[in-house]
Amino acid sequence: MSSSTLRHARHVVSENPVTGIALALFTFFVLAAILGPSLAPYDPLASNTMRALQPPSAQHWFGTDQIGRDIFSRVLVATRLDLGIAAASVALVFAMGGFAGLASGFFGGWVDQLVGRIADTIMAFPLFVLAMAIVAALGNTVPNIVLATAIINFPLYVRVARAETVQRREAGFVDAARIAGHRDIGVLLGQVAPNIMPIMVVQMSLTMGYAILNAAGLSFIGLGVRAPTPEWGIMVAEGAAFIVSGEWWVALFPGATLMTAVFCFNLLGDGVRDIVDPRRRT
Amino acid sequence: MWRLAGSLPALVAVIIVTFVLTRVLPGDTATYFAGPTASAESIAQIRAALGLDRPLPEQFWSYVQALARGDLGMSLTTGQPVLVDIMNRLPASAELTLFGLLIAMGIAIPLGVLAAVKQGSLADHLCRVVVTAGVSLPVFFTGLLLVYVFYYLLGWSPAPVGRLDAFASAPPFITGFYLVDAALARDWETWHSALAQIILPACTLGLFALAPIARITRASMLAVLGAEFIRTARASGLSSRTIILTYALRNALLPVVTTLGMVFSFLLGANVLVEKVFAWPGIGSYAVEALIASDGAPVQGFVLTMAILYVLLNLTIDLVNRALDPRARHS
Repeated sequence: MSSSTLRHARHVVSENPVTGIALALFTFFVLAAILGPSLAPYDPLASNTMRALQPPSAQHWFGTDQIGRDIFSRVLVATRLDLGIAAASVALVFAMGGFAGLASGFFGGWVDQLVGRIADTIMAFPLFVLAMAIVAALGNTVPNIVLATAIINFPLYVRVARAETVQRREAGFVDAARIAGHRDIGVLLGQVAPNIMPIMVVQMSLTMGYAILNAAGLSFIGLGVRAPTPEWGIMVAEGAAFIVSGEWWVALFPGATLMTAVFCFNLLGDGVRDIVDPRRRT
Repeated sequence: MWRLAGSLPALVAVIIVTFVLTRVLPGDTATYFAGPTASAESIAQIRAALGLDRPLPEQFWSYVQALARGDLGMSLTTGQPVLVDIMNRLPASAELTLFGLLIAMGIAIPLGVLAAVKQGSLADHLCRVVVTAGVSLPVFFTGLLLVYVFYYLLGWSPAPVGRLDAFASAPPFITGFYLVDAALARDWETWHSALAQIILPACTLGLFALAPIARITRASMLAVLGAEFIRTARASGLSSRTIILTYALRNALLPVVTTLGMVFSFLLGANVLVEKVFAWPGIGSYAVEALIASDGAPVQGFVLTMAILYVLLNLTIDLVNRALDPRARHS
């Protein structure tokens, strides 16, 4: 990162304090994901029926759930899993969609046709429903949620990578690399790929929030992570039963944390876009 | 007619994908049907009975034939054919989704127009907040919050137990939409009960769909207001009301209609979550119940129904767009 980029980044943050707040929240969430399990005051799985369904107090900041587990500890420990699923799926779709988009934009012809067909097929489904179908068919495991979340984002990544590649296919530096004797694959990975990287990074930060939402939504309907594993979506689902009888804290804290995380990633995505690609500012 | 043919590839793709997801991938249907205690022999028997031992193209052909007959298999949970279950529950989902969409459009389009006309005003800032916050809301969580506030704290809305309260009975079936049917039967008590039940889940869906519609309305309205024909209209001395509502809005609505395709993709997915929160007896909660009972046929039927609905919705959006935009007819 050059010093002018840094200066520009500082300018964007000072121009828009919201990006600064999002950055602070992001740091907070990353720390919680790394340190969460060692910071949690209670064992997230230890039940204590004597202290079931207690409202928030000094001992239990977020209260306790129906079998007396400490909700604060559970929310904290869940951060690693929720962010991990989202990060893994975004990394996976970055690799799959990025490469497919590069190849389809660079080679055109049947490669382009094939990739386009696959993307169209995915887009023919309501995306969350497709994710449900994939997890239901492949089995109820964490890697399958990662895969399903990656697949439903695939068309988006392909479209961005393809459009950016097409713009650069005929560029001078590509011709120069060809004349210098590089083969197609060398030009593609060595010259074109690094050039579309900034846009792809923007895309990753923009889809991170959606990936968290999607994974939590799948867990909420009982697909994916299973109880008693602490996970925000499951915790909201468990707390849902107590909302009508007034025990709001069981669902509120995991839900509000989930919402804050998604909000933070969406704001950060906008901020990263402003830094990397100022033309697309809205 | 050509447009109808244009959506055929999507339909074929949807059928192939559902077939692949249900038959080809791991997760042996025969083992599942046989139950956990079955011997290898009885599993083989069931496999033969289900036709799972035949070559894939043959299986695909019989799958397509079954679909053409409307045979989606039997639900183990309800003991009914899946198609019957889905047909019974589809109106509930459709009523909820459409009502949610109406609420979203009713708020988002005026908000987007106002934000574009008066840039930097309160409406503009509100629009920006709604657009960013709206896409961050987990629908299942906003639904629960609304239940807590409006049912538990304020007592304004009834318990989230489905389409009607326990004392009301369903209106005579005409469209399957309780609000429409009750109004047609002039049964205002049922109508009120149905409205009270649908308002919270529909608002939850509406809040969710608000963001993309408001964003695109604002952006396309801004683009249109900068166009030369608007300058001409202004110079001709037309009132700003006429310019905005008659000239600008009509043109700005085209991208909004196009975006509805994406909005429906979100709505149909969010519908599943909202139905679970509000115990809404639609096809989403049907699929969730089947998932929990690991009952395969209803889940497959649900995915296929949703995908076909989505293809048809996209086709409708395309047709509406053509009706609104003369240019699209000639391209």
